[in-house]
Amino acid sequence: MTPPNRPEAGNLLAVTGLRVTLGAGTVLRGVDLAIRPGEAVGLVGESGSGKSMTAKAIGRLLPRGARSAGTIAFDGSDVYALDARGLRGYRGQVAMVFQDPRAHVNPVRKVGDFMTEALRANAGVTKADAYAQAADMLGQVGLDSKLLRQYPHELSGGMLQRVMIAAALLTRPRLLLADEPTTALDVTTQAEVMAILAELRRDFGLALLFITHDLELAAAVCDRTAVMYAGQIVEVRDSALLHTDPLHPYTAALGAARPDIDRSQARLRAIPGRPLSGFEAPESACAFAPRCAHAAPGCETELPMLTDLDGGQSRCLRAAELRGTLGVTAGA
Amino acid sequence: MPDVLEVEKLRKEYGDLVAVDDVSFTVGEGQSLAVVGESGSGKTTIAKMIIGLERPTSGRISACGNDRSIPARAAGKRRLRGREVQIVFQDPYTSLDPRHSAEAAIDEVLRIHHGWTAERRKERVAQLAGLVGLDGRQRSVPPKSLSGGQRQRVAIARALAAEPKLLILDESVAALDVSIQAQVLNLLADIRDATGISYLLISHDLAVVRQLTEQVIVMRKGSVVERGPTAAVLDHPQHPYTQLLRESVPRPGWQPQRRISALPVGDRGAAPVPV
Repeated sequence: MTPPNRPEAGNLLAVTGLRVTLGAGTVLRGVDLAIRPGEAVGLVGESGSGKSMTAKAIGRLLPRGARSAGTIAFDGSDVYALDARGLRGYRGQVAMVFQDPRAHVNPVRKVGDFMTEALRANAGVTKADAYAQAADMLGQVGLDSKLLRQYPHELSGGMLQRVMIAAALLTRPRLLLADEPTTALDVTTQAEVMAILAELRRDFGLALLFITHDLELAAAVCDRTAVMYAGQIVEVRDSALLHTDPLHPYTAALGAARPDIDRSQARLRAIPGRPLSGFEAPESACAFAPRCAHAAPGCETELPMLTDLDGGQSRCLRAAELRGTLGVTAGA
Repeated sequence: MPDVLEVEKLRKEYGDLVAVDDVSFTVGEGQSLAVVGESGSGKTTIAKMIIGLERPTSGRISACGNDRSIPARAAGKRRLRGREVQIVFQDPYTSLDPRHSAEAAIDEVLRIHHGWTAERRKERVAQLAGLVGLDGRQRSVPPKSLSGGQRQRVAIARALAAEPKLLILDESVAALDVSIQAQVLNLLADIRDATGISYLLISHDLAVVRQLTEQVIVMRKGSVVERGPTAAVLDHPQHPYTQLLRESVPRPGWQPQRRISALPVGDRGAAPVPV
């Protein structure tokens, strides 16, 4: 069986050995991630894990002064080798939605202006045509086309996020990078936005990289989920197996630490210590070892590699030993 | 023994908008009550009225048997009220003085509320910092050198320094990383066991609500739409809005639904369903 995360022909996006350094600190310490056409992949991690930086690197939006190594290939071609024209084409195929929509719109321009900008500037679509497409897309996300004549401040956060999604999809992208798109929204609005995303993915054959801190949300809406810790991916797993049969102790611990809506527990199984960021992580040891309930002496002296296991991948020296024992039911 | 907190027919209007409409509840000693609802449901406005940052349009609030329906002006009166109710906000970044270490922040509250000697205060600072799990370094550095979870512990320790009977937690764990959130929730449970403090938890996170509280009220557009024991309300929600909230929580096999607007909308917060 082909490991699902290996760069290979047929992948829409393949990130290989991605390292990003900012100043003296290494933020990403070798990220490998592949997305197939139409596939939804979750990227889950706590603050400092590098999940947003990974998305920025994929979008070629790294902050000034960041240095990167490794390759990011979209449809087989190197994203970092694209010239200005190639980059415009790429940005049409890879759209992005962020956590705070208000920070990403121009508050003095109308929604219609904002939505049609890319179409008119890059795709050479006439104004009337662009507005017609924008109106149609607003309908797809359940909004009235009269919003085109309104300003961002007249819209609620949930409405504006739906506008952002509609705008992102206007250029008919093949991949949507969504960085915590529902974190600032109420739960019912989150459900609505996720439902819309699921429908649009089906209708447009859109692949999705869904970045979130919420393991349950990622598992519920993505085909596969990658879990990041301290600037590396520590597990890739079919989402359906994430709770019942995780491969890495960190994934298992994250799942167990969340309070349960169906029952209260005498004590939550908290993970001791705090999450590390990439630049704090040791170079020749497992970054999670100091907080890990399963750490062995070897974990302090050897950097584990991301290794294939049971149809997924795990970056744990003891992964094979621990297989089948980390699940919610097994550990409870 | 009066309840720690009594809120009766509380109402707050901002111009034409009714932010809080006819809300009543009580919190007994050592009890925990959750107020759940979405943005705009009025839950934070209630907290602000309880601590005197907003003045109710009508209704009555009393804590430990003392009326506090109208915000206190005099410093002495405000100080007395501070001994009864304290609050921890969502964002520890903006609720701590950037120039004060954890020790200084806690000590300030002790100086204001207790007529203790420096020596006794120092002892108590160490106790409180230990209670919330701050180590020696974390106690003496300014907030900018602390992580979000550590800052939130400082905010909790500072609130506890006044030895309040009731602690309002206004989305206090919402911004924390999952692994840290579990630590803080365990800490809050320990503190309640040790001190008999009561909690008023304002939250949109139903799993956190289940973990920390026994009673819950569900608010929508300023009104209470459902109330009861937390377990019963979450397991068998009666009001369509509570059911929708419950359905909106991601879980394995979740099929998120469109059309939130299918729900009956009360006009400007007027109560659509009596409870």
